[in-house]
Amino acid sequence: MPTATSVNAGLARRRAAANLAATALAYAATAVVLVALASILVTLIGYGIGGLSLHTLITDTAPAGGHGGLLNPIVGSVIQVGLATLLGTPIGLLAGIYLAEFGGRSPLASTVRFVSDMLLSAPSILVGLFVYLLLVAPFHHFSGFAGVVALAILVVPIVVRTTEDMLRLVPVAMREAAAALGAPRWRVVVQICLRAAQKGLLTGILLAVARIAGETAPLLFTSLGNLNWSLSLNREMASLPVTIYQYAGSPADDWVQLAWTAALLITAGVLFINIVARIGLRGQNRS
Amino acid sequence: MSASAPSGYPGGVRSAAAERASSRLDPLFAGLARFSGLAVLLLLGGIILVMATGGWLAFHTFGPGFLVSSAWNPVRNVYGALAPVFGTIVTSFIGLLFAVPLAFGVAFTLTEMAPRWLAGPVGTAVELLAAVPSIIFGMWGFFVIVPIMARHVQPALIHSLGKVPFLHPFFSGAPFGTGLLTGGLILAVMVTPFIAAVMRDVFLSMPPVLKESAYGLGSTRWEVMRKVVLPWSRSAVIGGIMLGLGRALGETMAITFVIGNTNRISASLFSPGNTIASLIALEFPESSAGSLKLSALLALGFVLMVISFITLACSRMLLRRTG
Repeated sequence: MPTATSVNAGLARRRAAANLAATALAYAATAVVLVALASILVTLIGYGIGGLSLHTLITDTAPAGGHGGLLNPIVGSVIQVGLATLLGTPIGLLAGIYLAEFGGRSPLASTVRFVSDMLLSAPSILVGLFVYLLLVAPFHHFSGFAGVVALAILVVPIVVRTTEDMLRLVPVAMREAAAALGAPRWRVVVQICLRAAQKGLLTGILLAVARIAGETAPLLFTSLGNLNWSLSLNREMASLPVTIYQYAGSPADDWVQLAWTAALLITAGVLFINIVARIGLRGQNRS
Repeated sequence: MSASAPSGYPGGVRSAAAERASSRLDPLFAGLARFSGLAVLLLLGGIILVMATGGWLAFHTFGPGFLVSSAWNPVRNVYGALAPVFGTIVTSFIGLLFAVPLAFGVAFTLTEMAPRWLAGPVGTAVELLAAVPSIIFGMWGFFVIVPIMARHVQPALIHSLGKVPFLHPFFSGAPFGTGLLTGGLILAVMVTPFIAAVMRDVFLSMPPVLKESAYGLGSTRWEVMRKVVLPWSRSAVIGGIMLGLGRALGETMAITFVIGNTNRISASLFSPGNTIASLIALEFPESSAGSLKLSALLALGFVLMVISFITLACSRMLLRRTG
């Protein structure tokens, strides 16, 4: 029969072993995730850097074997992402202001908050189908404008979320001070709260840009992609993600190469914006 | 303060009339903000309404049988939702099976174990993984993971688990590299950062005194995690997992590259399949406006919307309770 101390020693050993195993597994899980990220980045750079040249950046897409570049997808992406941000940000900002400054805990505000958070994670392909039925099917043609609207719909919930969060960080005392000086409510919000939170708000907008810049599914049914140079919002418009989708599965080697280069460009852009936004956010928290 | 104040700032000399005019903007501004809030609700309402209308033709033609039929035959113009729904659920389930332990490990490491200098960069790296566009996961999956699956993982599984009774139907078939298992693995990598972020935030929001008292009683780190932190944060952790599920269900581009795009139901995890989102992305360009096929795709979109909105709604409710 084991003595009390030996039972305790066995128990302590088992507990220490369980702790060690859990620690090792947790570190291993973290390592797996980091290896996945590293593998993605190495693959992108390895395959994509070969096609990265001035020629690629300043030449339009061309038929396979035609020494094409990525100019029209790049320009198309910039136009669509830019206009979508301009369209979606004001709505998101105002809705975020409503949630933080006016709505409080009212049933309407709680519903808006709930729905906005749901839209934040909703499948983006649904947004594409929605805009297709709304803006493409009735007019019988795809258009850059429809792509802009689809992306703008994705911008709104992201901006709503960061706007509300950032406005809630602004001390109530600042609002009270402004109100005591006789400022009307809208001035308090626009000139005091928004100004105090501007760094955080900018971060939210940047994150929204980064999110929609890589979106493919909503554009497939709206702006469709265009292999010719076109700046018209009333016609099909090229974009980097859709071009990647069209080129990656093609049997032509130069198209696959361009797909990798486009993938490298878009990922570098998206990660760069994310890092900038995160640095901005850190500054906001410190101040 | 007054030196840096913009002109017209309250406190400067302003006429009473200007002050009144300025105050009159208040209801307008409040109204505009409220209207934007309502616009978010209208957006959701619009999506539900428009998707239901678009799929109406298919629902009307096939009735409830649409949901339980596995047919997808453009030649005979017969469509059913079962095969893509099956693929969506199986890939998402496989994704979560791998993502939940990975995410838990990451959150455990970041909150309890890693020193500050390590936790910062690792946390940022995991967040960056969440920011990588889904089509990039698709290309990576197709060019890196699929060959590994075809050459190493699938043959190994066929020769080991494929010989075990009861398990062998799941691990048989030709090792193409694509299929449900590969799709699920890609999904796991994609949703892990989202689940990990939620778990980390919940673990960090726990009052330190609860953990400290457990440590004070001599608990190991793992015992504190399992017997104090996890029970305390259970509903939010489940909410985070549901959030990941919501993401996985609707993932389109990554899956389209690796799923194999075949509309059939098979027990084998190596069998090429389809998900709702990948089928829509693939077949949509081949469907003419107003056709029954297009309506069937929109009806599938409606089904996906119902599944993912219910999942996300549950997730939000679970997360709000603790938050």
